[in-house]
Amino acid sequence: MSATRVDASGLLRLVDRQGGLRAELSGRWVVANVAGLERALTALPGESRKGGGPVGGRALEIDLSAVEAIDTVGAWLVHRTAARWQRAGGEPLITGVNEDYEVLLGQVAKADRPVPEKPRGHGRIARMIDGFGRSVSLAGKESLSLISFLGETIAALFRLVFLHPGRFRLTSTFAQAQKAGLEAMPIVGLISFLIGIVIAYQGVDQLAMFGAQIFVVNLVAISVLRELGILLAAIVIAGRSGSSFTAQIGSMKLNEEVDAMRTLGLDPIEVLVVPRVLALMIMLPCLAFFADMMGLTGGMLMSWGVLGIPPDVFMNRLADSVSWKTFAVGIVKAPFFAVTIAVVGCLEGLRVEGSSESVGQRTTQSVVKGIFLVIVLDAAFSIFFATVGI
Amino acid sequence: MADNGSPAERGQPIIRLRGIRNAFGRQVVHDKLDLDVRRGEIIALVGGSGTGKSVLLRTIVGLNRPAAGSIEVFGKQILGMPAVERRKVEQRWGILFQNGALFSSLTVAQNIQVPLKEHLGLKGPILDEIAALKIALAGLPPEAGDKYPSELSGGMKKRAGLARALALDPEIVFLDEPTAGLDPIGAAAFDQLIADLRDSIGFTVFLVTHDLDTLATVCDRIAVLGEKRVMVVGTMEEMLQQTHPWIVEYFHGPRGRAALDAKARNEARLEG
Ligand SMILES: Nc1ncnc2c1ncn2[C@@H]1O[C@H](COP(=O)(O)OP(=O)(O)O)[C@@H](O)[C@H]1O
Ligand SMILES: [Mg+2]
Repeated sequence: MSATRVDASGLLRLVDRQGGLRAELSGRWVVANVAGLERALTALPGESRKGGGPVGGRALEIDLSAVEAIDTVGAWLVHRTAARWQRAGGEPLITGVNEDYEVLLGQVAKADRPVPEKPRGHGRIARMIDGFGRSVSLAGKESLSLISFLGETIAALFRLVFLHPGRFRLTSTFAQAQKAGLEAMPIVGLISFLIGIVIAYQGVDQLAMFGAQIFVVNLVAISVLRELGILLAAIVIAGRSGSSFTAQIGSMKLNEEVDAMRTLGLDPIEVLVVPRVLALMIMLPCLAFFADMMGLTGGMLMSWGVLGIPPDVFMNRLADSVSWKTFAVGIVKAPFFAVTIAVVGCLEGLRVEGSSESVGQRTTQSVVKGIFLVIVLDAAFSIFFATVGI
Repeated sequence: MADNGSPAERGQPIIRLRGIRNAFGRQVVHDKLDLDVRRGEIIALVGGSGTGKSVLLRTIVGLNRPAAGSIEVFGKQILGMPAVERRKVEQRWGILFQNGALFSSLTVAQNIQVPLKEHLGLKGPILDEIAALKIALAGLPPEAGDKYPSELSGGMKKRAGLARALALDPEIVFLDEPTAGLDPIGAAAFDQLIADLRDSIGFTVFLVTHDLDTLATVCDRIAVLGEKRVMVVGTMEEMLQQTHPWIVEYFHGPRGRAALDAKARNEARLEG
């Protein structure tokens, strides 16, 4: 008695025979059909739960003579079927094999090897606790490495200034200064100008309730000069230059350029970090000054437009309400912010490892940390100035 | 592969370049370049550094648009082909780039699965099985599948790149300097791998190489690029008859001789 089952896709025909099965393959056994091929194979016993009957010692003949085309994936499926059949205690036999198929089957048989076990992970809660612990210890290490990197940078700077002034990279410093400073002027200026306008406008609204509109000048002057000018400039620079430092140095790191420098006797800190730190130290105070001026201009124009305070009155009032100290308190923070941003940007760049994804992550880190540290420092300065009474 | 294309395609060259011209600004790299690649052969493109071998390869696969000329692959015009049809053609070739060009944020196994997912929409355990198969075929150890490209040596990256190029069992594989940077044993194994795969899968191999051992042992024909075009195409024996000074220098130089001697020794050993 023999029964024939044909798979709907026309890839496989099963014939029951004395003491076994005969699988006649046909059609294209290629990777493009792999989903259909796998489905067709489920008709075989031992390939899936629903496949009919136990394998038990039975023979299985896999006949390839009607196959139109076969590639490595098709050959792999044939090989896998035979191997499973054998493991289940049956006797597989592949027939209708021409020379080409033989080489192919030989190759996939050689390629069949146990897949290494992946180590099994722990439970979810254990992983959460583990992750939390790791991130705490990471934060500690981060701050340490930032401080030690800052130390290295300062050491390199002193080395350059006092021991080897000839090795100082002036061109690179100026190029960085131009990119980081000059090219940031439009955006820093525009933002500060708009903020000046906003503060004046909002301030007038509130001060008008006390009939003290004229104090809007004090409001604008003190907030812009003490805090906002420098903060806005620093935040824009952290976003613009901090990120670009990280991306530039990170790509060089991926390309093994940084390693090449080391082997050529160049110190990456001297070559890459010092010029960038210096460039920002020079440019951020200038940008902060520019931001101050633009902020005041914005405030002045708004006061004129809304309150009718003419510019000359505004100027007089300005001179009365603030001293050079207010301005200095703002500007003096700039070099500190600059070093923070540049050092964070460069350190994150040098930490890039492995993949381009790492460049992206490090760049994000550099901006987030840069802005965060700038604001922390600013708070520290406020406390300091309050304590000493400036 | 038992699949040799439609009857109309059989006998036709699988790649047919006519009058290719490539220029970058005022620098003309190729001009009036013609080349035919036959189905099932291993053809090597040689030429001095900067003669435009990589550019020619990129031109054939559509990464670089030539200023003039026609490119026929599988009997179809590649230039100006609609996008849908292009995708179909792209499934039929695989490329190993000069620097591997593995996706650095994916593991080797995931790299191999990219074309399987993108072109075939495969899902499930079969993906892992195919990746493991290709990793083994390319001669990598099984653990390599879970590694990221940055954790691989140069030779392993080449093999991983080949494994990805072979993911869809392509009809043509383009290899840009596959054995450059490999140790001689690794390079010989790579050559053997390509020859074996060609014999079993039956694909056509278009490779750019400077490796004279590769040229001597596995290539059916050699195309010499120079003077902005393909100067000659022929077997190794035919190359040795050429009189063009560059070709003479290339094949009769000390390295050329050494490679040929090695090949002769090998053959003698096999016969004896
Ligand atoms: N994208 C490009 N822009 C400008 N010039 C290029 C570009 N790609 C390649 N070239 C130039 O084309 C020539 C050939 O390059 P290539 O094909 O990479 O040489 P090789 O034969 O060594 O592989 C070189 O002179 C190179 O400078
Ligand atoms: Mg090249």
